[in-house]
Amino acid sequence: MTAWDDAVAAARIMAAAPLRIGGVLVRARPGPVLDAWLTIAGNGVRLRRIPAGVGEDRLLGGLDLGATLAAGRPVAQAGILAEADEGVLVLPMAERASRAVAAYISAALDTGEVIAQRDGVSLRAPAWFGLIAIDESTDEEEGVASALAERLAMHIDLSEISVADMSVNAAEVQGALASIERGQIEVLVGTAMALGIGSLRAPMLAGRVAQVAAGLAGRRLVVADDLSLAARLVLAPRALTMPSAEEEQAPAPQEQESLPNEGEGKSPEPGDLDEIVLEAALAALPEELFQGSSQRGAAGEGRAGASEISYRRGRPLTSRKGDPRQGRLDILATLRAAAPWQRLRGRKADAPIAIRRDDFMVKRFRHNTESAMIFVVDASGSAAAQRLGEVKGAIELLLGEAYVRRDTIALVVMRGEGAELALPPTKALAAAKRRLAGLPGGGGTPMASGIDLGMASALDAKRRGFAPTLILLTDGKANIARDGEPGRARAMEDALQSARLVRAGGVDTILIDTSPRPSAAAETLAREMGARYAPLPFADARRVSDAVKGAA
Amino acid sequence: MADAFPFSAIVGQDEMKTALLIAAVEPAVGGVLAFGDRGAGKSTAVRALAALLPDLDVVPGCPYGCDPAEECTPDCPRKKSKKAAQRPAPVVDLPLGVTEDRVVGALDLERALTSGEKVFEPGLLARAHRGFLYIDEVNLLEDHIVDLLLDVAASGENVVEREGLSVRHPARFVLVGSGNPEEGELRPQLLDRFGLSVEVSTPVDIKDRVAVIERREAYERDRMTFAERWQRDEDRLREKIVRARSAVADVKVPRRMLEVAARLCVALGADGLRGELTLVRAARGLAALGGQKSITIKHLRKVAPMAMRHRLRRDPLDESGSGVRVERAVAEVFGA
Repeated sequence: MTAWDDAVAAARIMAAAPLRIGGVLVRARPGPVLDAWLTIAGNGVRLRRIPAGVGEDRLLGGLDLGATLAAGRPVAQAGILAEADEGVLVLPMAERASRAVAAYISAALDTGEVIAQRDGVSLRAPAWFGLIAIDESTDEEEGVASALAERLAMHIDLSEISVADMSVNAAEVQGALASIERGQIEVLVGTAMALGIGSLRAPMLAGRVAQVAAGLAGRRLVVADDLSLAARLVLAPRALTMPSAEEEQAPAPQEQESLPNEGEGKSPEPGDLDEIVLEAALAALPEELFQGSSQRGAAGEGRAGASEISYRRGRPLTSRKGDPRQGRLDILATLRAAAPWQRLRGRKADAPIAIRRDDFMVKRFRHNTESAMIFVVDASGSAAAQRLGEVKGAIELLLGEAYVRRDTIALVVMRGEGAELALPPTKALAAAKRRLAGLPGGGGTPMASGIDLGMASALDAKRRGFAPTLILLTDGKANIARDGEPGRARAMEDALQSARLVRAGGVDTILIDTSPRPSAAAETLAREMGARYAPLPFADARRVSDAVKGAA
Repeated sequence: MADAFPFSAIVGQDEMKTALLIAAVEPAVGGVLAFGDRGAGKSTAVRALAALLPDLDVVPGCPYGCDPAEECTPDCPRKKSKKAAQRPAPVVDLPLGVTEDRVVGALDLERALTSGEKVFEPGLLARAHRGFLYIDEVNLLEDHIVDLLLDVAASGENVVEREGLSVRHPARFVLVGSGNPEEGELRPQLLDRFGLSVEVSTPVDIKDRVAVIERREAYERDRMTFAERWQRDEDRLREKIVRARSAVADVKVPRRMLEVAARLCVALGADGLRGELTLVRAARGLAALGGQKSITIKHLRKVAPMAMRHRLRRDPLDESGSGVRVERAVAEVFGA
């Protein structure tokens, strides 16, 4: 089974029963591979693309203003979701879809209908569709909103497949749904649990995929092959944990086809089948998945959604009467304001709607930028010896403050030869605390790398519409250069260079000196960064917190 | 959706089901918040509850579905007719992306455009009067709409001053919110506005998990047959709600129980009277559901976690979860 074979299997299953399985999440860049895949997945069904950056009114439906004015009464217009009823929707650049868009689509996938209550119209229309979400993100940080990904049965990755890998496939067999036994459902449930998948949707969707796959192969009963395929397409991409240590080097059984069809036996040995299905899932796992920490769970929380605020420039408030030159005209509200008076103003049937200056309504927004605190923590040997514990305490206090203000926080750790992003931006402060508590100290101080990474995170946060604050906790004693080589002089030089970049970047920065008494190195660094400098007062976490609050 | 998944067919999730039933019996507990895992059946349970609620007596033609026995708006048609009509208790789904005009009500566009009349068109709050208002993904709803809902839920009245309209009408409903903590935590100020709060998690037992999937699949395959299979359990449960509703006002609250409730709130450091009130009301609803005439320690103990866990002064970094703290306090106060 090559990756392309599995992808084709997924495409066929999607084409055969899009409404039953919810959809596919495809990780791919636009190109011939994706096109070929979409052709198979779209075989015999209507594919409809959702334009990028689609508005709520288009997606859900709303008031059709033109028709409303022509008809003289409100005319509702169906949205894309309702128009796609019984068809398949394609969501390109799914990782850019806002959390709201993901939530609308999820709700429609759940209920099979779309309900819109907006702009003075009330709309309820059937919307039962399958969704192909195309995740074009390049880095792990992005990802499709998890609420949406969760509801799409199969997750496949086409990004590693080249045109040469694609082969022409034999004609397909159309078939009805095969039936699945309780024992087989148990196998899927067990496999999902072994892989650390909490949601019940996953094994349920896997069961459906297995049924469709068996049907496509012309079988009336689900067999082990189908379960394996379902495990690869549905369960493996959702895996969070490795089942147990000994299976770490999964034997990668690529030859499941040759196995006898256990599923058809009277009483399949659940143990055996469990293993086959689990192995199938494991074989499909990317190798690097379990090497790092469990960051996968944190990914895909719809990061793109966070930037919503900057797109919309704050929270819309109700429109008010006003001069359209001093704001954005709210056309709909203006028409609504004018509408009741049309008779009185003597409007003839075909005449344009009469709008007076009093009718003008302007949009109002409340600008409310969320802040992001990026902590860069020096966990080097020298810092650890002195007061890593105090620093942790201070950060915890700050986290408490951040919770109250609903801030987003991120944690960069400088230790050993380089810096790492120990915690990508999150609001899950409990996770932040856990990560912090388990933070070991030791090694050198790769100051330049730490500042660079902190700055990169800050700029990234800025792009996403946050107001970042960089908080550097260090004793200022750099001893690892940017390239990971030890050496105090060069390390310091690199650190100062990075510091100047921070100043140039115009990010709000605070440096908290963690050395026993205020050190010249830290002060210099703060000056070069344009940071506010605050020495950590002795053994008093509370005062650090105050220092940051006072400065921020 | 025509046939909702039957309430009785939901596997496990006892705390959530109990909380919803209590709210159905004693709406004064003030709303239910269900927070937890994806795909654990939060929305299923709320939508299923709709089918269980007994019909309401309403004033025919009243846009707010008023009770014939009470005063509503000045222009209520109640004055013209003495007869009552029946209609199913509303369970209104607040769709995502809802705009404010549809929530509170606004100028009736059709009337305005065709006849130039200024008429108020009631919104979702009016529709939810005397029933349930359900917000899925409450943490995704725009803040100003959430504020508005909580305000009306607390006052029981919707006041509209917009587009030259000035209307007030009763809007008493049980607010049910559900959400997933992964999407972001709920504002702390918002949390304790809900009467009861339940934590929902997917069952961990493999048998339960298989049962969930099997029932769901059976339901998807043939909703009619599935509904018929559960009809008897549903009827029984509906009976229980009806009986409990008529009995709840007569459930006695011994003075000693009030003291226990107060002690529990003190032990937990929950300030304000809201905690005690909710505890007692929830216990009363629970007693009524069980057919008991007065509340006991057993009732308080069962409702304490759902009534209290979201009222603790929250330590955002404490992972042990407020549920555990409530249990500890319960054990202390009631003597394990």
